[in-house]
Amino acid sequence: MSTKGIVKGIIANLVIVEVDGPVSQNEIAYIVLDDTKLMAEVIKVIGKSAYVQVFESTRGLAVNAEVEFVGHMLEVVLGPGLLERNLDGLQNDLDKMDGVFLKRGQYTFPLNEEKLWQFKPLAKIGDKVSAGSWLGEVDENFQPHKIMLPFKMEGEYTVKSIAEEGEYNIYHIVAVVEDKDGNEIELNMIQRWPVKQPITFFKNKPRPYKLLETGVRIIDTLNPIVEGGTGFIPGAFGTGKTVLQHAISKQAESDIVIIAACGERANEVVEIFTEFPELEDPHTGRKLMERTIIIANTSNMPVAAREASVYTAMTIGEYYRAMGLKVLLMADSTSRWAQALREMSNRLEELPGPDGFPMDLSSIISNFYSRAGHVILNNDEAGSITFIGTVSPAGGNLKEPVTENTKKVARCFYALEQDRADKKRYPAVNPIDSYSKYLEYPEFEEYIKNQISDDWIDMINEAKLYLLRGKEIAEQINILGDDGVPVEYHVSYWKSELIDFVVLQQDAFDAIDAVTPMKRQEYILNMITDICRSDFKFDSFNKVADYFKDVINICRQMNYSEFKSDKFDDYHKQLDDLLETKAVSNNTK
Amino acid sequence: MAKAFQKIYTKITQITKATCSLKATNVGYDELATVDGRLAQVVKIIDDVITLQIFGGTEGIPTNAEVIFLGKAPSLKVSDQLAGRFFDALGNPIDGGSVPEGEEREIGGPSVNPVRRAQPSQLIATGIAGIDLNNTLVSGQKIPFFADPDQPFNEVMATVALRAKADKIILGAMGMTNDDYLFYKNVFSNAGALDRIISFVNTTENPPVERLLVPDMALTAAEYFAVDKNENVLVLLTDMTSYADALAIVSNRMDQIPSKDSMPGSLYSDLAKIYEKAVQFPEGGSITIIAVTTLSGGDITHAVPDNTGYITEGQLFLRTDTDIGKVIVDPFRSLSRLKQLVQGKVTREDHPQVMNAAVRLYSDAANAKTKMENGFDLTDYDKRTLDFAKEYSEHLLAIDVNLDTTEMLDTTWELFSKHFRPEEVNMRADMIEEYWKSEEKVEAEPQG
Repeated sequence: MSTKGIVKGIIANLVIVEVDGPVSQNEIAYIVLDDTKLMAEVIKVIGKSAYVQVFESTRGLAVNAEVEFVGHMLEVVLGPGLLERNLDGLQNDLDKMDGVFLKRGQYTFPLNEEKLWQFKPLAKIGDKVSAGSWLGEVDENFQPHKIMLPFKMEGEYTVKSIAEEGEYNIYHIVAVVEDKDGNEIELNMIQRWPVKQPITFFKNKPRPYKLLETGVRIIDTLNPIVEGGTGFIPGAFGTGKTVLQHAISKQAESDIVIIAACGERANEVVEIFTEFPELEDPHTGRKLMERTIIIANTSNMPVAAREASVYTAMTIGEYYRAMGLKVLLMADSTSRWAQALREMSNRLEELPGPDGFPMDLSSIISNFYSRAGHVILNNDEAGSITFIGTVSPAGGNLKEPVTENTKKVARCFYALEQDRADKKRYPAVNPIDSYSKYLEYPEFEEYIKNQISDDWIDMINEAKLYLLRGKEIAEQINILGDDGVPVEYHVSYWKSELIDFVVLQQDAFDAIDAVTPMKRQEYILNMITDICRSDFKFDSFNKVADYFKDVINICRQMNYSEFKSDKFDDYHKQLDDLLETKAVSNNTK
Repeated sequence: MAKAFQKIYTKITQITKATCSLKATNVGYDELATVDGRLAQVVKIIDDVITLQIFGGTEGIPTNAEVIFLGKAPSLKVSDQLAGRFFDALGNPIDGGSVPEGEEREIGGPSVNPVRRAQPSQLIATGIAGIDLNNTLVSGQKIPFFADPDQPFNEVMATVALRAKADKIILGAMGMTNDDYLFYKNVFSNAGALDRIISFVNTTENPPVERLLVPDMALTAAEYFAVDKNENVLVLLTDMTSYADALAIVSNRMDQIPSKDSMPGSLYSDLAKIYEKAVQFPEGGSITIIAVTTLSGGDITHAVPDNTGYITEGQLFLRTDTDIGKVIVDPFRSLSRLKQLVQGKVTREDHPQVMNAAVRLYSDAANAKTKMENGFDLTDYDKRTLDFAKEYSEHLLAIDVNLDTTEMLDTTWELFSKHFRPEEVNMRADMIEEYWKSEEKVEAEPQG
C-alpha cells in the first residue's frame, strides 16, 4: 500500500504535505490538481509533514489536494533509443509533447515503444551474469548498444534462455535468468535507475591518460583534457563559454555526446536542435545528432527540474559507459544548478552558507564530478565519461562558491577572460591562468610520447614560458614605454603574440580553422617553436612590430587554408622567405 | 477554477507594508483577490491562513476590510482591439477608451517547448552602425541596453523600435517618469505608428509593486499577436532595474533571506521567465525583447545587470566619445550573441571579418591613447590607429548615423585602406582581394 497525503501549505513550488504513512527522502510524489498530476520530490520531512519541491508551476493549487507517493526516487528509463532524443530534465521526450507551450503535468515516455531493434545475443545459456553484464547487443545509430543485466539486480544469476538474433521492440523478452533460489526472471531491453545514485558496476577506475582530441588548439595543445577526465570553464557572460562548449561537443572524439543545457537560454538549445542534425561528425562522416542526446532544462523551465537535469544526464552517461563507450558530457551551466539549490534552501529557511548557497554545496559538486571517469568494466572492456561543466560566476568574480568548489575537483581549468574577449581574441581562454593537471600525469606523458613525440610536453611548457614572458614584458612596456626597454624585449613580446595569434586564437566560425586535428596542431606548434627559438636582429622596436605582424599574417592565412594544400604550401614558402630575411640563427643561411 | 459563489471575508489577521493575511478556505495559489477594492494575489498558503500581496500597497487597509477571492490568476483579454491602446499595469485602459473585448488569458503562462522554436534568422535593421555592423540584432532575440540613468537610452530605443519594421510594438513601462512616458507617446504618434503600439504603463506615480505585472501583461499580449496572428512583435521593457527593485521589496516583506545586493535568491529565474518569452516560431511569428537595465555608476557586477547578462543574448552599452562629442554604441562592451546567425549570411560575406578587424584596430587605438596619456612617444602605427578610430566613431559608431549594412561595410573598407596596409588588418586574403579599396589591388604579400 503506497503512502498518500494531502496538501497543507504552498509557498511557490514548495508544498507541505501531511502524509498517512512512511515516506523517504527524495521520494517522488504526484499532487492531483484538477485533471492533471504534478510531479514532486520529497526534500525534507518533519513528523507527519513532508516538504516536497514541485517540478511544475503550482498556480491554482489549493490545500486539501490529494498527493500520491510512488515509493521510489527520481528514476530514468534506460534502453535503446535514447540517442537523438531531445529530453527535458525529467527525461520527458520534448518532441512527443503536444502544442507550442509546455503543458503542466504532461509526461512523455523517452523511448520509442514500437521501433524494432536488430538484436544479437552476446551471453550464452548457462553463463553466470551479474548487474551490468552484457546479455546482447542492438545497433543504435551504429553504436553497439549493449542490453545488460539490470543494475538493480543484486547477486549472481544464470542465463536460462536468450533470444535469437532478430528484430524486437524494447518490451520483447530477450533473456530469462535464474537467481540462486531457482526463481526465473524475464528481461526485456529496458531498465530503470535512480539518478542520484552512481552506476558503479565496474572492476576499477584507473587514472585517465588518453588524450581526448577536441580540435580546439588552446585545449589540445596547451591544456589537454583526457578520456574520462574532468574540466570546467568559468567565465563572465560574453566571454564565449557556450561557443567553446559547442565547439568541443561538435568536434571531440567521443562515441556519445550528452549535452545538459541547464538553466540556460532556449535559443542556445535551438541552435543545437537546428545545427546538429545537419552537421557532419568529423570522425565518422555521419550526422552529429545521431550520437547526441540533449537534456534541456532552459532557464524558463521549472527550477526544481534543473537540479534533476544534470543527474539525468550523468546517469544516462554512466549507462552508455557501462557498454564500453566513450561518453562526453557537457553541462552548461553548473552555476544555474547551484542557484536552483539555493532557491530551495532559501524556501526551506535553512541557514545559508557563503553567498546564500546551501552549506553542502561543496560536497554536492565534488560528488557529481566524481561520477565521471575512465573505468575498466568487469569484462575488461574500457569505457569513459569525460565531463566538462561551465560555471557562470556572479559578476565575473572567480572567488565565489561555485567556482571555488569546482576548482577543487575538476582537473582542467579553462579560465575565460573578459579582457581577451573584449579584444576579440577567441577562444578567450587565459593561457597563463588555465591549467591541465593531466600534463603532470606520468601515464599521460608516456601516452603522448608514443602518440606524438618525445619532446611534446617540453614544447608545451616552452610555449607557456614565452607567453608568460610576453605578458611580463607587455607590463614593463606599459610602465616604461616602447623605448624604455631593450629591442630584444620587443622581440620576446612579439614571439608571445605570434603564439597567441597563431596557436591560441582560433576562428570557431571558419570552416577550416574551427577544427584543427592533432597532426596539424603538431605541425603548427613545431613551426611556431622553430620561429620562437630563432634569434632576430632589429635596429629599432618599430621594425619588430611590423615584421612580426607580417609573420603573423602569413601564419594566419595558413590556418585558414586547407592543410598541406598548394595554397598552404605557398604561404609556408612566403613565411620561410620572410624568416630568412631577419633570423640570424637556427637558419642555414 | 471558477467558483459557484464568491464568499466575502472581513477578518484580516496580519498586515505588513505589502501583504496581509487572513483565514480562508478553498483558495488556489497565485489566485487574485480584492482587498478593500485593491487588487491582490495569493503568495503563500499555510493550512487555512492565506497571505496576499496587495499590488497597491497596504496603506489605510483596515483589519475588517472586505476580501473577495476572484477564483482566477491575473489575466488579460486579448484580441486585435488591443492595438493602439494604453493600459495600466493591471490591464485597465488609461486612455479613456473602453475595455477591449477578447479571450481572457492568464498572464505569466507556460514556456514554449524548446523543440517548437525555430532558430532566429531574420535581421532587424536599425540603421545604427554600432548595432547593425557590430552587434546585429535578430528577430526572436532578447537584448538590454545597460545604461546609466543619464544616458539617452529612451531616445535610442524609440528610434530602434520605429525603424525595426515590427508588426506590433509593445511598450512595458516600469517605474518610468511621466515625462518619459509622454516622450514615447509623442514619438510614436508623430511617427504615425500609434495603431501598431500597445502600452502597459506603470509610472513613478503608481504603486511600485504593480510593476511586477507589467512584463507578463506585455508578453501575454505579445504572445497573442506572435502565436495567434503570426506577427513580428517587438517588446520594449524599460526599466528592468525598477522591476527587480519591486521584486526585492516583496521578498523583503515576505521575510526571505536576501541574496547578492539585497535581491531575492530567485532573481535569475524571475528575470529568465520574462526574457525567455522572446522567441521565433517556425510559422513566422516572433517576439523580440529590447529592454533597459539602468546601472548605478556603470557597475555591471551588480546582481541585476549580472543576472541579466547571463540570460539575455548580449547587451548594448552607450558611451559618449569625447573625441567627437557624440554618443556612440560602445564597440568593446556591447555584444549581440545572435549576430553570427545573420552576419555574412543575410548581410554581405565580408561582414564578420570587417567587424572584427575594425574593432581590433579600434582597440589598438585605445592602447595608443593610453600610451599618449602616459606621455610616451607614439609610433606611426599608433598615430594611424588614432586617426582611424576618430573617423570610425564619427562615421559609423555615432548613434545619429543612419546607413544600411552594405554602406556600413563599404565605409569601413574605405577607412581601412585610408589608414592601413592590407596586412595590418589581419584578414583573410580573399576578402582583401575582393574588397580592398585602392587604385590597384594590393597583394597581401610580405615586403622584403
